[in-house]
Amino acid sequence: MTGDMRLARLAPPLTLAILLGPLFFGLAGTALPAFGYLPELGGEKFTTQHFSALAAVPGILRSSVLSILIGLVTTLVSLGTVAAFVASDLGTAGFARVRRMISPLLSVPHAAAAFGLAFMIAPSGMIMRLISPWATGLDRPPDLLIVNDPMALSMMAGLIVKEIPFLFLVTLSALPQTRHMETMRLGRSLGYGRIASFTYLLWPPLYRQIRLAVFAVVAYASSVVDVALILGPHLPPTLPVRLITWMNDPDLSIRFLASAGAVAQLGVTLTALLGWVGLERLGALLVCNSRSAGRRLRRDTVLRHGARAVMIASAAVVFGGIAMLAVWSVSGLWQFPDALPSSFSLRSWTQALPRMSGPLQTTLAVAGLSTLIALVLTILCLEREYETGRGRGGGALLLIYLPLIVPQISFMFGLQVLSIWLGVDASFSALVLAHLVFVLPYVFLSLSDPWRAHDRRHDLIAAGLGMSRTRTLVRIRLPMLTRAILTAAAVGFSVSVGQYLPTVLIGAGRLTTVTTEAVALAAGGNRRAIGVYAFMQTLLPFFAFSVATGLPGLLFRNRRGLRV
Amino acid sequence: MLKSLSVLAGMLIATLALPATPWAADPDPRDWDAVLAEARGQTVYFNAWGGSENINSYIGWAGETLNQRFGVKVIHVKLDDTANAVAKVLAEKAAGKNEGGSVDVIWINGENFASMKRQNLLMAPDWTTGLPNWVYVDHENMPTILTDFTIPTDGLESPWGGAKMVFFHDTARTPADSIPHSSVELLEWSKDNPGRFSYPQPPDFIGSSFLKQVLIETIEDKSRLSQPVNAASFAEDAAPLFAYLDDLHPNLWRGGKAYPQNYPDMKQKLADGELDIIFAFNPSEASAGIAAGELPDTVRSFSYTDGTLGNTHFVAIPYNATAKAGALVLANFLISPEAQLRKQDPALWGDPTVLSMDKLSAEDRAAFAALDLGVATLTPDELGPTLDEPHPDWMEYIEREWLRRYGVAN
Amino acid sequence: MTLDNLTTHQGLRLSGIHICLGDRVLVALNARVLRGQTLTVMGPSGSGKSTLLAYLGGFLDPAFEATGRVFVDGVDLIALKAEKRRAGILFQDPLLFPHLSVADNIAIAIPETVRGRRQRRALADAALEEAGLAEYGDRDPDTLSGGQKARVALQRVLMSQPRLLLLDEPFSKLDAGLREQTRQLVFDQARRAGLPVVLVTHDEEDAHAAGGQVHEVGPA
Repeated sequence: MTGDMRLARLAPPLTLAILLGPLFFGLAGTALPAFGYLPELGGEKFTTQHFSALAAVPGILRSSVLSILIGLVTTLVSLGTVAAFVASDLGTAGFARVRRMISPLLSVPHAAAAFGLAFMIAPSGMIMRLISPWATGLDRPPDLLIVNDPMALSMMAGLIVKEIPFLFLVTLSALPQTRHMETMRLGRSLGYGRIASFTYLLWPPLYRQIRLAVFAVVAYASSVVDVALILGPHLPPTLPVRLITWMNDPDLSIRFLASAGAVAQLGVTLTALLGWVGLERLGALLVCNSRSAGRRLRRDTVLRHGARAVMIASAAVVFGGIAMLAVWSVSGLWQFPDALPSSFSLRSWTQALPRMSGPLQTTLAVAGLSTLIALVLTILCLEREYETGRGRGGGALLLIYLPLIVPQISFMFGLQVLSIWLGVDASFSALVLAHLVFVLPYVFLSLSDPWRAHDRRHDLIAAGLGMSRTRTLVRIRLPMLTRAILTAAAVGFSVSVGQYLPTVLIGAGRLTTVTTEAVALAAGGNRRAIGVYAFMQTLLPFFAFSVATGLPGLLFRNRRGLRV
Repeated sequence: MLKSLSVLAGMLIATLALPATPWAADPDPRDWDAVLAEARGQTVYFNAWGGSENINSYIGWAGETLNQRFGVKVIHVKLDDTANAVAKVLAEKAAGKNEGGSVDVIWINGENFASMKRQNLLMAPDWTTGLPNWVYVDHENMPTILTDFTIPTDGLESPWGGAKMVFFHDTARTPADSIPHSSVELLEWSKDNPGRFSYPQPPDFIGSSFLKQVLIETIEDKSRLSQPVNAASFAEDAAPLFAYLDDLHPNLWRGGKAYPQNYPDMKQKLADGELDIIFAFNPSEASAGIAAGELPDTVRSFSYTDGTLGNTHFVAIPYNATAKAGALVLANFLISPEAQLRKQDPALWGDPTVLSMDKLSAEDRAAFAALDLGVATLTPDELGPTLDEPHPDWMEYIEREWLRRYGVAN
Repeated sequence: MTLDNLTTHQGLRLSGIHICLGDRVLVALNARVLRGQTLTVMGPSGSGKSTLLAYLGGFLDPAFEATGRVFVDGVDLIALKAEKRRAGILFQDPLLFPHLSVADNIAIAIPETVRGRRQRRALADAALEEAGLAEYGDRDPDTLSGGQKARVALQRVLMSQPRLLLLDEPFSKLDAGLREQTRQLVFDQARRAGLPVVLVTHDEEDAHAAGGQVHEVGPA
């Protein structure tokens, strides 16, 4: 087999074209109207007046600042919780338990988790029902602003419970590449507390591995639409929600304003990222000072219990929320303060199921295909990286992360126009391609670190045994990385299932997925219908993750060396 | 880099926006047999709000029926906002896609219709009055069929159903003798029952309708509403409306710091006991909600003595639709007595018909009369007078002013 | 081909080997290693002695510059790709493939020319038996002791019918008793198979046990 892996040579440029082509054309298609150029709407000359108009929109500054803060606070709390928990419980039996409990949460789509949370914490939600009227004396929900609060606290909570599992899983997949057991033992033998050992010794190399994932969280939280619609403040809403409203405005001249806003969203996300880099510096300084002073921080019990509590609470909230969705989907009349519906009915399911098969097929086909392509491209890119000896630092492959950092909403309008120009809107392949733009980076993100950290001496031995590159890949590397590959596939799959904007725009409403159907129904606010669709939406990725976590255990049930 | 990219994109726009080839002649509904022949085998993409399972089921039924009888396949493109479909047609026009468009039929009225009509995005000229079933339509007695939010329909959209604002309350909590019968009384009621009333946040269609209802009741010179807004006098014209809202807001649900999303959200909040008075644009909503187990059976409807806002919703065909003949067949079917009867059945949808009972056959008339409208549905005379929609301009101005005043809390 | 000709080509010949990182010369070497003999490269850690093995194995990091010629039994090694060189390697960790059973770890090394699943398995089992591990074929490699792992790794590399054997401090992680035993086993087997061996180590005892020529690499 001479000349094998020749394909790998084509992979990096192909990958970049797939990712960056839509991105740059989409941004151009957004930027041109923002600066006044959209001849079809009478915009013939370049102008900055739309940005002046944007600046004059009431509350625009508050919307923007809020988006930045949401990005930072969400990331800080979720990352802090994950780090503190890993520090305090790594290697204990409780760690494995929490790990099994938390990991499936990653599969829950953001919108479903947000609905679940709202159903729990609203004044008429489950928590209030459970303590009423016996504890509160209330037979009607109190008039309290909990969901949609102006400080966006409930929205941040909704994001945090979803980002915790994401960051936790990313951290877990990076962990085996560190000598964590020895390092922690070493730290503690020197008299440092668990948290201190972790922070001083293990965290710096670990954080370096997960940094891009953290950036993606910052960018996502500062530009998210669906969670903000469900839990976010109303007066004024966050910037992305306002953009959606403007883009949907029947008065088409608002498109200029919307485009200017989409450019502003770029700035907002960038500011949030810069803010995060500032926080990194600050954190590094604090850690450095504390370490130089040799602080042992042995009394970290409160912090440890706190982190564990938040981890478990986030799991409880999401699982509880999903259970609420399930109950609502089969409930008849269910009045406050009843803790259970007064009647049950399958009406919502019987109404929804017959119409779900088409969208379900599309969902599975698009998610399956885009994930497969993403996996193949990612593996070939990583092979090529290995071959050329260029490590993680250099190379254009860093650009692969751009679609995760650039807010989706900022290039979606331009992308839509592009797809119509090319006459590929509403075609299956265009939809797969559009999903690929978002699936690929996540697959790459979750696979590249374990891949790079793979002990290369195994490959050297294989070569010494006379195995070709291709054979080594197939016989040695892929099996050894089964867990990482399946996890990456599950991540890609659930990312695809969760895609709303690209599906609506490129699918042009003709190709619908469970998610677009769910959001369309969410517009109706019917808890029973939301229950049905959000539950379905949860089920698909959950299935994928069950395979990812269960299959390696099954395949390698007699292989201790492959356990994490 | 960015500069050269934008230049490139600009060139792309220039190339692709070249004049397109003129599109083929549209089908003529006056030659119905030819329309039917052309429609057979076509697939019609019906872009309609998908937020109600009842309505989705109804559209599913219409599609199946059309497929069986005329070989026309109907696919319901579920929208969360009709404006998305408008935007899609516009994007297609921007891209020079003057035929083979992705939207064949669009469920529409008011602002969206005005926008599409103004931008020449609709199939023209008049095709609706040529539809065979047009003979049943009650355009003589329902002015909103020919004038959509004061904009003449000019046969560019075919009526589908009526709508009228009605209020609901739960008699288990709110006695019938305490309910308000005008906007002024509602204000008083809200002072006695703080936190138990709200309206969906504009620009939600139902929420904006509430603002228009108050506007109609409070404006001094009602004749101004049939005209586009006079920017110079708008502040003065709308002053009573905003004075009213300033008064109302402190007593709204959550003190006006958050609003329900839309009507179904309000319905849920009525069932939860968060709200005591809600309203909808469909008189049989309460009965339908009870039948579906979403509302307790103690909920009843009421209307205002001097009338509430009413309008008609339509279907229209974009200028670049792919399956125009199929679209015509669908529009025609939707105003057939059979389809309209089903639409008015509260168990299925419960939307008032746009047909004239006098024009129907005795048999169809009897079928309509036999419909059980449900316990919580008002009879036509209890519904009270219908107030006409103001010019769409008003909605835009009011929404903008609302956002300016209340869009940023504190 | 005369007998004399044959002997001159037998074994490993390193001529003008020169490995640099930037301006720093890590290894400069001329040597001849006959079949069954061992060349020991000594040096402290960080001296770059392992780059020689990487160079011979065909996986030298592109950051290094290397010149020179390498022949094994007259075959120009440098002209071949890593997997064609048949340069068997042993590291200080046995690095058994964790996803394969003990027997499969050996079976995977059997050349493709040996066909048939049963025949390959039989070869692997024979090798295991030779290593005193006959009962361990279906075991998870992670359940073996350090010495057992080392023996499996050795059998694996021998099974691939290498042209030469590269040893990268292969005994440094074993405890004293085991080290002596394993060392003996490796050199015996290499001698028996008639393989030229290049051993990289910082342990004098290794060099002594190997008994061949010793090349010192300077400290960093």
